[in-house]
Amino acid sequence: MKKILVGFLFFFFCAVCLQAEPIRLATTTSTENSGLLQVLIPHFKKQTGYEVHVLSVGTGQALRMGKDGNVDVVLVHAPKAERRFVEAGFGVNRRSVMGNDFVFVGPENDPAGIRGERDAVKALQKIARGKHIFVSRGDDSGTHKKELSLWKKANWKLGETWYREAGQGMGRVLQMADELNAYTISDRGTWLVLRSKLFLKLLAEGDPALDNPYSMIAVNPARYPSINYLGAMSLIAWMTSVEGQNHIHNFQLESQPLFIPSAIKN
Amino acid sequence: MSGLLINTQQALQLLLSGDPKLWSIVIISFSVSLKAIVLTTPLALLVAFALNHGNFPGIRFIVAVFNSLLSVPTVVIGLFLYVLLSRQGPFGDLRLLFTQTAMVIGQMFLCFPILVALGYAAIQAADQRVWETARTLGAPSWFSMLTVFYEVRFGLLAAVLTGFGRIISEVGISMMVGGNIMGYTRNITTAIALETSKGEFAQGIALGLVLLTLAFLLTVFLSYIQGKKEFAA
Repeated sequence: MKKILVGFLFFFFCAVCLQAEPIRLATTTSTENSGLLQVLIPHFKKQTGYEVHVLSVGTGQALRMGKDGNVDVVLVHAPKAERRFVEAGFGVNRRSVMGNDFVFVGPENDPAGIRGERDAVKALQKIARGKHIFVSRGDDSGTHKKELSLWKKANWKLGETWYREAGQGMGRVLQMADELNAYTISDRGTWLVLRSKLFLKLLAEGDPALDNPYSMIAVNPARYPSINYLGAMSLIAWMTSVEGQNHIHNFQLESQPLFIPSAIKN
Repeated sequence: MSGLLINTQQALQLLLSGDPKLWSIVIISFSVSLKAIVLTTPLALLVAFALNHGNFPGIRFIVAVFNSLLSVPTVVIGLFLYVLLSRQGPFGDLRLLFTQTAMVIGQMFLCFPILVALGYAAIQAADQRVWETARTLGAPSWFSMLTVFYEVRFGLLAAVLTGFGRIISEVGISMMVGGNIMGYTRNITTAIALETSKGEFAQGIALGLVLLTLAFLLTVFLSYIQGKKEFAA
């Protein structure tokens, strides 16, 4: 049995070797669900010939995939975790690529009264004090990390029943909040894509604490010599080039940009 | 309710208009699961036969193990394979994680016990004299085995179809070791999970219809051949 299995594995291994090595990119559900990568990657492929395999998971899982050497490059949004990732030697060449921001969405009648609130922490406190249902991503994603850091600033101990941890991607959580008539925090891109399908309304935005910067990091080739480092660096170089940044800028929905390119500063 | 109707209508339009994205997902599903079932069947039938006609200690225990493996959750197989194929794992150098190959291997693990258990039951139902007669007439043992297989071909076919139905409809393994990569490892079930998360219910329903149609055809086919078998008997 074991011999046969190893034989099969070897056979598949040979078949895989004959193909050109694709780039494996682990990224967040927000970049995939918004449709950005489906637009960008064909341009990149046309120029470089590289095939890109996109794995869309939460930021926490994406970084874990990078640490384990299961992907070549990550595109994530959790600055603190990213810095730790690079400092620990798991990744190299962290580059800022783009950004957008997080927004508060909730039911139209807004029982917590957060409409127009400019202070994210105060908005959360209002929701918590009224025990209005709040759906949390609960999946160790960049959005979840951001939400937890805001709760920490708000000095609020979580765990009551109005606080629901979904453990799902952004699109799913928005739909759950919609069904439950609840509040949640979403990245603007996913919100813009989904909003026509939802009853929820955008209620609060604009706090600088809600900034949402995305970076790319190549997995450290010193840890995994056979990793597709060249491909990873090509993708980072292209995404941060004038052309890549222009494509990000031109990716709009109802003439609203979903992401603001940030690699090239004026 | 009207939402469901509209979504279903859109789904049918997507299917009938031959939407290339949709159909590429269907093709990936079928090619992966067909590979898995074709690679697993010969070995599984050999094992099933050996359990029936072999004479070694612990046979009943092994049969019991295979029967209990029928209900192994797919996410457990997925997790197990993920750990094995991860760079940190023993087979990490093969770089198989997040490939179609990994999905095929996972689905092979999933359908192997099904084929063995159902194949065992089918072969057990064969008349013992088939084997004895073939042997006494001087047929080599491999040919006698094929004769037995031929005698119970309907039962074996049912086993294979059941196994196929199981692996083409599973989502845990495909999601974990395939990674749901568009145009590569995104199959029907992982695409349904993704489209639902994006609120694109029409495409999810369209893919669901493909699976339902397949299940229906398999069931009809199975009852057809079973009816035929009774007629022959």
